[in-house]
Amino acid sequence: MTTQTPSTPATAFLRKGISIKTIGVGGAGLAVLDQLIRSGLAGDGFAAVNTDAASLAATAAPEKLHLETPLLRGLGSGGDPDRARTAAQESLPRLKSLCEGMDVIFIIAGLGGGAGTGISPVLARAAKETGALVIGFVTTPFDCEGTRRQRLALQGLTEFKAAADGLICFPNQKVFRLIDENTSALETFKITNDYLADGVRSFWRLLTCTGFIDIHFDELCQLLRDRHAESAFAVAEAVGPTRSREVAEKLLAHPMLDAGQALAEADALMVSILGGPDLTMAEVNRVMEQINRHCEHAQVVMGAAIDEAFRDRLAVTVMAARKNLEPGEARVAARPGHEAPGQLIRRAITARPASRFGPPPPGLSGDPADESSALGTVPSRQRRKSARMLQTQLPLDSASKGRFDKSEPNIHRGEDLDLPTYVRRGVALN
Amino acid sequence: MFEPASSIIVGLEVGTSKVCAVVGDFGADGALNIVGVGQARSHGVRKGEIVNSELAEEDIRHAIAEAEQMADVEIRSVYLGVTGRHVRGFNNRGVHPIFSADREISEEDVQDVVKNAKTINLPAQNHTIHAIRQHFLVDDQDDIPNPVGMLGSRLEVDVHVVHGSLNRLQNAIRTVKGLQLEVEDIVFNGLASALALLTGEQKEAGSLVVDIGGGTTEYVVYSNGIVQHTGVLAVGGDHVSNDLAYGLKTSLRRAEQFKLDHGSAIVDDAIKGQAISIPNENGLAPKVVNLEHLRRIMSLRLEEIFLIIGQDLEQVGVLDYLRGGAFLCGGGARIPDIAKLAEQTLQMPVSVGKTNTISGLKSTLDQPEFATAIGLVKFGSFDHRKRAIKATLAGNLKATLSQWFGRA
Repeated sequence: MTTQTPSTPATAFLRKGISIKTIGVGGAGLAVLDQLIRSGLAGDGFAAVNTDAASLAATAAPEKLHLETPLLRGLGSGGDPDRARTAAQESLPRLKSLCEGMDVIFIIAGLGGGAGTGISPVLARAAKETGALVIGFVTTPFDCEGTRRQRLALQGLTEFKAAADGLICFPNQKVFRLIDENTSALETFKITNDYLADGVRSFWRLLTCTGFIDIHFDELCQLLRDRHAESAFAVAEAVGPTRSREVAEKLLAHPMLDAGQALAEADALMVSILGGPDLTMAEVNRVMEQINRHCEHAQVVMGAAIDEAFRDRLAVTVMAARKNLEPGEARVAARPGHEAPGQLIRRAITARPASRFGPPPPGLSGDPADESSALGTVPSRQRRKSARMLQTQLPLDSASKGRFDKSEPNIHRGEDLDLPTYVRRGVALN
Repeated sequence: MFEPASSIIVGLEVGTSKVCAVVGDFGADGALNIVGVGQARSHGVRKGEIVNSELAEEDIRHAIAEAEQMADVEIRSVYLGVTGRHVRGFNNRGVHPIFSADREISEEDVQDVVKNAKTINLPAQNHTIHAIRQHFLVDDQDDIPNPVGMLGSRLEVDVHVVHGSLNRLQNAIRTVKGLQLEVEDIVFNGLASALALLTGEQKEAGSLVVDIGGGTTEYVVYSNGIVQHTGVLAVGGDHVSNDLAYGLKTSLRRAEQFKLDHGSAIVDDAIKGQAISIPNENGLAPKVVNLEHLRRIMSLRLEEIFLIIGQDLEQVGVLDYLRGGAFLCGGGARIPDIAKLAEQTLQMPVSVGKTNTISGLKSTLDQPEFATAIGLVKFGSFDHRKRAIKATLAGNLKATLSQWFGRA
């Protein structure tokens, strides 16, 4: 108390002293990164990583890392994640030095191509080894881009998920809700980039602006974990005395939230409210009331922060995430063993079979060092998570087997196939 | 030796949703023709196995009677299709050393090695339904279709063994025998379907046959012209109906009706928010359900079936040999867009199979749910020919001997 100066309003508005670096990987990642830089986001650093020299030359990012191996012959990764991954692994020290000294690393990438899919998981692991927390922002390809790219994207997603602390995934296909028949292709990509940039920006604010209701980083990561499958953002802003009501209306009318439908389906929700110093508690309450009414079952994490620049304005970001519980994890969670719960979960992730039907994280299984470091840094979070998963298994037993009630059970890899698939997968019907 | 009646071959499939008997006849030219079909709704079967033999007997009687009437024959014996969770397939290898002085492999050696391959350590209560020769190895030289006459010191054979629980198989046989019908042989349903659907080229190129029945889904993989893998999943159309009944909170019968009238394997965006209603026969208010939910429940269940099959095929390492693609049959193949779903899930070309390997009643052959029964007839015809050859061989031998002795 004597040594520390009591927090005055002036210091309270200062950033919390978290150093954040935003790294764009691959073509899509660079595009979003440029968008962020143009919009004037003040960060501790921006960096661009790609295998393609031409796109790197065009980006505005101050730090550029060109990954090149003889294998690539200066031609970029050619849409092959394996080549990009090899290139990234060869320059692992350079990737690490890029992340050195940072508290949080944001990785932005478009999955489904070569560079983004191959490099970003390696980068995430490198960043973790330097002790930073890693949040990924990724897009998955449009349906029309073909099943191969979708599959690559899915593989990359699994691998990335295993490496990062949190992952937010935006399926490009969803952008059709934001555009109309006449939107040009170029504009469409710009809209997705803007959208992703909005997401990064709101996260950045959440972490850096001091809030009177803080979101703990740990809490945030826990929320994001395993909920990457489908997430939807919406950002709304309003000005004036009726701003809190307006902002809630705008949010619920947002096309990405399906007029509130996405909120109802979500099982995890992050709400971040940003206002000027004149933000009142009643306003916060009004916004949250509106949102809470639409999502009774979801786990809601909210934060409210103050930014001097937002005087008389109110910006609310909602991120709705739906969990896609994989069968392997569900099984492990349903049968708690003698091991520590954290270990159990970890094993569930690493022991997934090397199958194209449930793509594995290739670099992970044979990497005990990475495993232990991951365990060492986040034990509390994992314990909490496993407890939650155990809880979600309960309704499974109460589901009726209907006409198969008395027949021989049909167990396949720990699941009873007589139960409706949608019940076991936790797909919500409403 | 053979009575004229035995020129007919009958395949009987006692399925979960229907009992089906198909009559095949060797015409005057010796070609096999389908001449009759009989079917009845099945009541005593769950997940491919008979659980109520009285009801099952009744249904079989109906189906057989109908087939007899249509084909105008009297049915005395049948080839019976079997399936169920207990039926498994795996590959086994048998070894036999060649002791003869000239090291030439004889027909007896081949029989011995196949016998060795069949004697596997199955649990005592299990019975081998099929042991299908894949190929022979002579002194580690691979891929020999017929080793007779070759020289070698060590003969090996790979066989694909399909086995099941003896008691459960006996249950099915006993039920049929209770109707004074002889069971010529039992055949794994999946294998029968594959026989009916696949042409020689498709077997050669590598093909997967998925038979989605009422209570079970059987799958068989052919590649290089031989059976590589078989499997049964005790999940079928019944599960789809049951899921719907649970998810839409309606009776099983109505769920079945919803499935038939509005079901599809793919949820497409156009149906979002649409509702459908089914009138109530008792005059109560019609039941209204959300079409998207209906399709989603179905789609997830069907997708899971293909996922499990895909996982299994990948595990045994045959997934990459399927250049011919996959063929669907069984009642499940009638679900709209199911081929599209399978294509997405299995990542190979998928089509609904046509039974084009046999001639006869066109209307019957075009229906995917008859594939198994038709395949049973086809299996029977192979069996029949084999016996006929044996019979003529014996007959010839007898004639030759008597000729000799007569002459002497």
